[in-house]
Amino acid sequence: MYYRQIMRELEFQGINSIGIVVIVSIFVGAVITIQTDYNIESPLLPRYLIGVGVRDMLLLEFSSTMVALILAGKVGSSISSELGTMRITEQIDALEIMGVNSASFLILPKIVSTMFFFPLLTILSLIVGMSGGYVVALITDVSSPQEYVYGLQYVFYPYYFTYALKKMIVFAFIITTISAYHGYYAEGSSLEVGKSSTRAVVHSSIVILMFNLILTKLILR
Amino acid sequence: MIEVNNISKSFGDHRVLDDISIVFEKGKTNLIIGKSGSGKTVLLKSIVGLHGVDEGSILFDDRDFTRMSFKQKKQVRQEFGMLFQGAALFDSFTVEENVRFPLDMFTQMSFEEKVDRTNFCLQRVDMSNANNLFPAELSGGMRKRVGIARAIALNPRYLFCDEPNSGLDPQTAIRIDKLIQEITTEFNITTIVNTHDMNSVMEIGDKVVFIFEGIKCWEGSRDDILRAENQYLNDFVFATNLAKTVKLIQHDKGAKN
Repeated sequence: MYYRQIMRELEFQGINSIGIVVIVSIFVGAVITIQTDYNIESPLLPRYLIGVGVRDMLLLEFSSTMVALILAGKVGSSISSELGTMRITEQIDALEIMGVNSASFLILPKIVSTMFFFPLLTILSLIVGMSGGYVVALITDVSSPQEYVYGLQYVFYPYYFTYALKKMIVFAFIITTISAYHGYYAEGSSLEVGKSSTRAVVHSSIVILMFNLILTKLILR
Repeated sequence: MIEVNNISKSFGDHRVLDDISIVFEKGKTNLIIGKSGSGKTVLLKSIVGLHGVDEGSILFDDRDFTRMSFKQKKQVRQEFGMLFQGAALFDSFTVEENVRFPLDMFTQMSFEEKVDRTNFCLQRVDMSNANNLFPAELSGGMRKRVGIARAIALNPRYLFCDEPNSGLDPQTAIRIDKLIQEITTEFNITTIVNTHDMNSVMEIGDKVVFIFEGIKCWEGSRDDILRAENQYLNDFVFATNLAKTVKLIQHDKGAKN
């Protein structure tokens, strides 16, 4: 039963989030490319730095922290409203009456699935974001595609990649637990479910930003 | 049999249940009645353990539920079946999955056995052809019937129903009431029904307990209720014009005899 729930959550919270991550990442990758070009005014600076800038911005901040903030909005509100609705329609009480540990049955599969799948979304965001920049390099004159790809590979620290994944695993835990808490303890009417959803997104976002600072200080060498 | 002994429950300063003692008998449909806000839902939820009680004890066939560990309570709860006011079906599961859920969680039955049991329960509540529907596709009465099917899936010893016919038309409400009564007799279980519907009382009330402002005010059978002398009970029972007319007719019959 738990296995089935985890598979269901992987689909709901993970696979269903691929679309928004792809769309946002491709445009952000493209925009970073144009903005980096705009800021490199000196002719002495090599054009491949655009690729370096796009890679590091995506790797260090966007594909983990910014994607986590987007997921806090999408997944966080979904988790909170699902559990809140289950609470006010007595579905959680029904589980308790049957002798099922409702928190474990409903929340644990969400935590497991997001902590597994969100890092994959980070990887996807990196690939798609860099591809967005490549498309801009291909169709405009900001940089040649060869220089852009050279920049992506130039002085690459593999640890940045690990750092991004580590952050995302922590953010996945934050989003799921905070949202689940707000939904699970929702009381009253459907209006309260809406409010708990909003609180879940706001609190998750704030805690993500705080932990972004703490983790960066702690683990980025 | 379920024995409720001197239970009290407060939320903050507000005392919702005050020293209530009732014996709910096996094989009978026991009804808790009272107006909205009288404490009957809190009483039912206290009996099933969703609310803890401040004082008193609740015994399920001489097993003291209030003094059990979490693990022991979990065991006893597997003998419960409960029908909620809104049926509380799991929205993301089909009808079949809803009814099969307790079997998946608590039995070692093979998949085929579970499907057979699920189909039997659905057949018992006349919902044989609804296996693949989702709760959102069902009417209020159908949801209640699926709720009953889920409640009886594990062959419960105790069945609890919280306002089972609220929001239903009179004919569907009677159908649900009859179903609850039939299941109670057929499986010889202890059933407690929370209601403020006087039709239910007159249809299935083997034993009726009247709660008024958190206090047990009266108890008796459905036959006693029309002749009761309790003022609060009479105000509740004869609140509608229809009930008043019935009482007048009864009074006239009594005078003629």
